[in-house]
Amino acid sequence: MVDITPADAVPPAEVAEMELYHPHSWWTKYVFSQDAKVIAIQYSATATAIGLVALVLSWLMRLQLGFPGTFDFITPEAYYQFITMHGMIMVIYLLTALFLGGFGNYLIPLMVGARDMVFPYVNMLSYWIYLLAVLVLVSSFFAPGGPTGAGWTLYPPQAIMTGTPGGQEWGIILMLVSLILFIIGFTMGGLNYVVTVLQGRTRGMTLMRLPLTVWGIFTATVMALLAFPALFVACVMMLLDRALGTSFFMPAVVEMGEQLQHNGGSPILFQHLFWFFGHPEVYIVALPAFGIVSDLISTHARKNIFGYRMMVWAIVGIGALSFVVWAHHMYVSGMHPYFGFFFATTTLIIAIPTAIKVYNWVLTLWRGDIHLTIPMLFAMAFIVTFVNGGLTGLFLGNVVVDVPLSDTMFVVAHFHMVMGVAPILVIFGAIYHWYPKVTGRMLNETLGRFHFWVTFVGAYLIFFPMHYIGLMGVPRRYAEMTDVTVMTESAHHLNSFISIMAFIVGFAQIVFLFNLIWSIRHGREAGGNPWRATTLEWQTPQTPPAHGNFGKELPIVYRWAYDYSVPGAKEDFIPQNMPGTFGPSREPA
Amino acid sequence: MPIVVVLVLIVLGSVLFHFLSPWWWTPIASNWDYIDNTIIITFWITGVVFAAVVLFMAYCVFRFRHREGSRAAYEPENKRLEWWLTIVTGVGVTAMLVPGLFVWSQFVNVPSDATVVEVVGQQWQWSFRLPGKDGKLGTSDTRDVTAENPLGVIAKDPNGQDDVVVEAADLHLPVGKPVKMLLRSIDVLHDFYVPEFRAKMDMIPGSVTYFWFTPTKTGTFQVLCAELCGQGHPMMHGIVMVDTQEDYVAWLDQQQTFAQLSAPQQTGSAEQAPGNATVSALKVAAKLETVGSR
Repeated sequence: MVDITPADAVPPAEVAEMELYHPHSWWTKYVFSQDAKVIAIQYSATATAIGLVALVLSWLMRLQLGFPGTFDFITPEAYYQFITMHGMIMVIYLLTALFLGGFGNYLIPLMVGARDMVFPYVNMLSYWIYLLAVLVLVSSFFAPGGPTGAGWTLYPPQAIMTGTPGGQEWGIILMLVSLILFIIGFTMGGLNYVVTVLQGRTRGMTLMRLPLTVWGIFTATVMALLAFPALFVACVMMLLDRALGTSFFMPAVVEMGEQLQHNGGSPILFQHLFWFFGHPEVYIVALPAFGIVSDLISTHARKNIFGYRMMVWAIVGIGALSFVVWAHHMYVSGMHPYFGFFFATTTLIIAIPTAIKVYNWVLTLWRGDIHLTIPMLFAMAFIVTFVNGGLTGLFLGNVVVDVPLSDTMFVVAHFHMVMGVAPILVIFGAIYHWYPKVTGRMLNETLGRFHFWVTFVGAYLIFFPMHYIGLMGVPRRYAEMTDVTVMTESAHHLNSFISIMAFIVGFAQIVFLFNLIWSIRHGREAGGNPWRATTLEWQTPQTPPAHGNFGKELPIVYRWAYDYSVPGAKEDFIPQNMPGTFGPSREPA
Repeated sequence: MPIVVVLVLIVLGSVLFHFLSPWWWTPIASNWDYIDNTIIITFWITGVVFAAVVLFMAYCVFRFRHREGSRAAYEPENKRLEWWLTIVTGVGVTAMLVPGLFVWSQFVNVPSDATVVEVVGQQWQWSFRLPGKDGKLGTSDTRDVTAENPLGVIAKDPNGQDDVVVEAADLHLPVGKPVKMLLRSIDVLHDFYVPEFRAKMDMIPGSVTYFWFTPTKTGTFQVLCAELCGQGHPMMHGIVMVDTQEDYVAWLDQQQTFAQLSAPQQTGSAEQAPGNATVSALKVAAKLETVGSR
């Protein structure tokens, strides 16, 4: 409606090829690099490597659950170490690091039209501290007593007591130290992402012209900066309880017949701090996925995202609301039961903006020109799994319905579907989408389709039936379900089936990794803009983009990110940096 | 096009699985069929939404997939449609939330005629305490726990002397009487959970939590721990037997009171030196051994 930057009135960007700190040696170019794109790849590679460890741990868990008693080396102690490390790695060290450190670093500067993050040196430090956090975490596998087996929620008192693996040994200490390091590293990166989005945008790139990918990552980062401090203090306090014998979270307890010296602490306080971080964390993973999937759907359906403004406000609204729903993880924790009324209401309200996002994704497909590329397939698989997992959230969020289902396998199935499978499917779609920009080559199509079908159908077959094991009343975090009387013989067969599917889906990820490596050299040449997309990262003079991203002059933005199939335009896409008007501009003002 | 077929199959398969598979909740044995009803309402609403969204997507792919020369429509917004969808969603959410909160208010407000039973969790066994003839439970403190006084009943409190103590054995309840379960732990978090009763609640050392229910069927039910409590967690089972009134009274008569149990040796516990990690680990192993053999 309002064309605020007429093409001919804009002078060239005044900062032409500023003197960047171009790297001068191999070390500063590839190792201690300050280029956000290199840091992004370092983050992604590290996250993928540690993610593989978590994948193997999930196989070990499924060996035990699917074929109980067959594998002697999986003791209950080992089983709890596997689930703890699997959960923590997947949530923090893989998903958070990959979405924000990986995609955030690569895409934010390119998509907002900046040469780099605003604080490149701090950005580099962020990665190296993250790497240190990962190494400390890995070291706990080799420490006396092994890693902690407290469950990824690390609930005291058991997390620091003898009955839990690693509780009175090194495991829990290394876990807490690693988390503290992670948060320090993340804060350095996170401040960078926020300031870059707010201050580093190129001319013409108003906030309401940002691609939803940037909105998602930006909002998630703001949330993470507000949520991680709660985890930080919880970790510091628990470390003090464990190392110095303080009693922040430790009441008077009797351990194996012995009175411990603790007194007066509150285990519930830890849960409040943990979930004050932990619930926003769900959306810290989900919002970047929401943003990215919006752009994948729009680009591959050749149609503007439906209801862009509503999408932005939904992202911001979900981000804000997610700070007042945390205690829905604690309905049966023993907190004051009247909290249940408040938190059930806020939790179900958050379903409304979330539902709007889903409607807008499928309405973007409506009357689109749908190209069934691999990124589009993954985007649709995301919608299926996210809707499924989101709807089971309405069971668990509705306080009294949660009572029988809480702490059962239903919860495990729910959160894997909604914040495991769904975001990972977006990550895959995003990798197939942006790999050509990062490497200049396409990923192999045949391997990609194999990867897609096995992962999508397999993951659904793993987690959909799992809900029903929980509905039967089988608790989660049981190393052995054989003694549970509500667990029928046929449910044990179902468990074996789930395990077999887990191995198959895991195998498909190995194929994917092979594709990632093989295609660097052997993939089809991609060109600069293989998907014919509008956003700035596809308009760089070189592919892969060089240091400084945009060559001599920064691009000037004339339109929003979704000018696909504009009536009157020759092509079915108009890049954001292309001046001129084509027919009646219908960009939302 | 395979994606269209798969999307339709996912909806059909999920619905068929829901109705035809043998995996469903265990028959209820308490008054909380309200909870089951709320779950059924939620299944219907969410099931319809899931099917509608996925089938709509399948139709879109079928109808609007790329063909030579086809071009997408250009429609950035549609305010009316967006508001309309928001309102419908709000109605659906309210239809689940209102019955949910209504049942929750019943769940948290204990009827005045409920009798009291205390459950005490410890790694990895269940113990119970019932008020004696005075109808009152004596006060307790974790710091009073000793080998002779495993539940930490405060000996000076006269209300506690006639309390019935059931250490690491089965609990019996009379059928048809509302009961308030007072939940306590002396070491880590546990959660008293009987799937057939539908109710559960965490137990926290240093606090007393509760839930209430009315057993509606006689029989033997397995107690499970539903909050991770260390490596013995999956083996922390117990038994609740719901009896007729006569059977219950017969069982109750055989139980011992706190006074009877603590009469022979009234002295305090033997002083134990705080063990190092190895000694504790050996104790854990021994404990697991006994739990496993039960």
